[in-house]
Amino acid sequence: MNVPADLRYAKTHEWIRLDGDTITVGITDHAQAELTDIVYAEPPKVGAEVKAGATAAVVESVKAASDIYSPLSGTVTEVNSELSGNPALLNTDPFGQGWIYKMKAPDSSEIDALLTPEAYTAQIS
Amino acid sequence: MSDPITLRHSPLEEAHIACGARMVEFGGWSMPVQYSGIIDEHKAVRSASGMFDISHMGEVTVSGPGALAWLESLLTNRVGKLALTRGQYSLMLDEGGGVIDDLILYRSGEQEYFLVINAACRDIDLSWMRSRLPSDGFVVLNDLGDAYAAIALQGPDSERILRTLAPGCEVPKRNGIASLPGFEGEVPSLVARTGYTGEDGFELFVPVARGAALWNALLAAGVKPCGLGCRDTLRLEMGYPLNGSDLSRERTPLEAGLGKFVSLDDPEKPAFTGRPVLEAQRAKGLPSQLTPLKLTVQGPPLRSHYAVLSEGAMVGETCSGALSPSLGEGIAVAYLPVALSTPGTLLEIEVRGRRYAAIVAELPFYKKPAA
Repeated sequence: MNVPADLRYAKTHEWIRLDGDTITVGITDHAQAELTDIVYAEPPKVGAEVKAGATAAVVESVKAASDIYSPLSGTVTEVNSELSGNPALLNTDPFGQGWIYKMKAPDSSEIDALLTPEAYTAQIS
Repeated sequence: MSDPITLRHSPLEEAHIACGARMVEFGGWSMPVQYSGIIDEHKAVRSASGMFDISHMGEVTVSGPGALAWLESLLTNRVGKLALTRGQYSLMLDEGGGVIDDLILYRSGEQEYFLVINAACRDIDLSWMRSRLPSDGFVVLNDLGDAYAAIALQGPDSERILRTLAPGCEVPKRNGIASLPGFEGEVPSLVARTGYTGEDGFELFVPVARGAALWNALLAAGVKPCGLGCRDTLRLEMGYPLNGSDLSRERTPLEAGLGKFVSLDDPEKPAFTGRPVLEAQRAKGLPSQLTPLKLTVQGPPLRSHYAVLSEGAMVGETCSGALSPSLGEGIAVAYLPVALSTPGTLLEIEVRGRRYAAIVAELPFYKKPAA
């Protein structure tokens, strides 16, 4: 399983990427493989307040709907509009074009509480 | 859900693992839900061929001079119209007209019938039948569920594959059953031309010790292993009901739209359990009708237990739903008041607090394109 070294991870299989004060959120390669063919994605709305550990998005495979939990608390600033027409991006490029939303998160201690790539790799192996 | 310790295992489980299956619990059984992917498997069955392990389903023979009359008293479809080697879909009802199980029975001998029953209903069906056996010994019931491994071969290439797999096999016509040569053992090997996908295909029943050999022969012939995931999307595209989701003791077969498998108007059909309730329902009007629904907007995949609304008021909930892999549309079935079951009726389906426009459709959802 691919676990990029420059990201931080939630136990619930989401990743974050830091870019200045903007944080991008997606699901991991492990998560997409477990979910199988993703046919629908419901990202949060721009401006929505999300809370760490609370449901922020839903993705659905043919077989099941799965909640995606926000790794951090904050405000959604952008959502990936490509996903509505092409939800399979979550399967094919989970760390790239399959990102789900971007957010601002004021509390940096929440970031420190997330898993390192090493710790996440240990969790899924 | 079932205690994992009591989970039953298919004789083909090792073969599934070798094919990369993802296993799930279904009806008390550990069964493959998918291998390569539900959409990929679904499309293989629609365009070429796929195979499903159906060893979890139950096989029962009913034989003896009293077999016909006894089955007539238990089942909705007239058994007496079956010629030798022919089969029919039928329902077993309780006294309230509710569905205990839906099944297929074949007339496998002059006085012998071969029944195929649902996995989750095996114990219930058998105890229901055993408790109603006549004491005169003229009916013999034989549970062969653990003696058989069974595989459904489905898709337009099925006949060609069957002919390669079992040369000299007498290929049955639709709803017929015949011997399957080459897989002899403790119980007779059989091939029935039926299925649960809307495609041409066969259900193959072989002695449990020959199951893996049959699976591997089909695999070598290029048939794609298919799991319960696409079995569900394929059957729902055709509007075939699933017992436990679309059929239950709470609804009659008339409400489920299965009236053509209930011989109410056949003067030669004797009395059967549940019949008075069905006749009363028909005289008074049905309390509900299993209704096919389609989203008219892009939306999430439909699933069971989503609210169906008419003019803002909840009028029912979905029993089964899916994003149809063949059509790319959300499809579902729901028991609705009869007045709302007419094709073209506009409704809404609520998913996670949002309402999506839907319309009453006609079955089957999926029609095979003209060749």
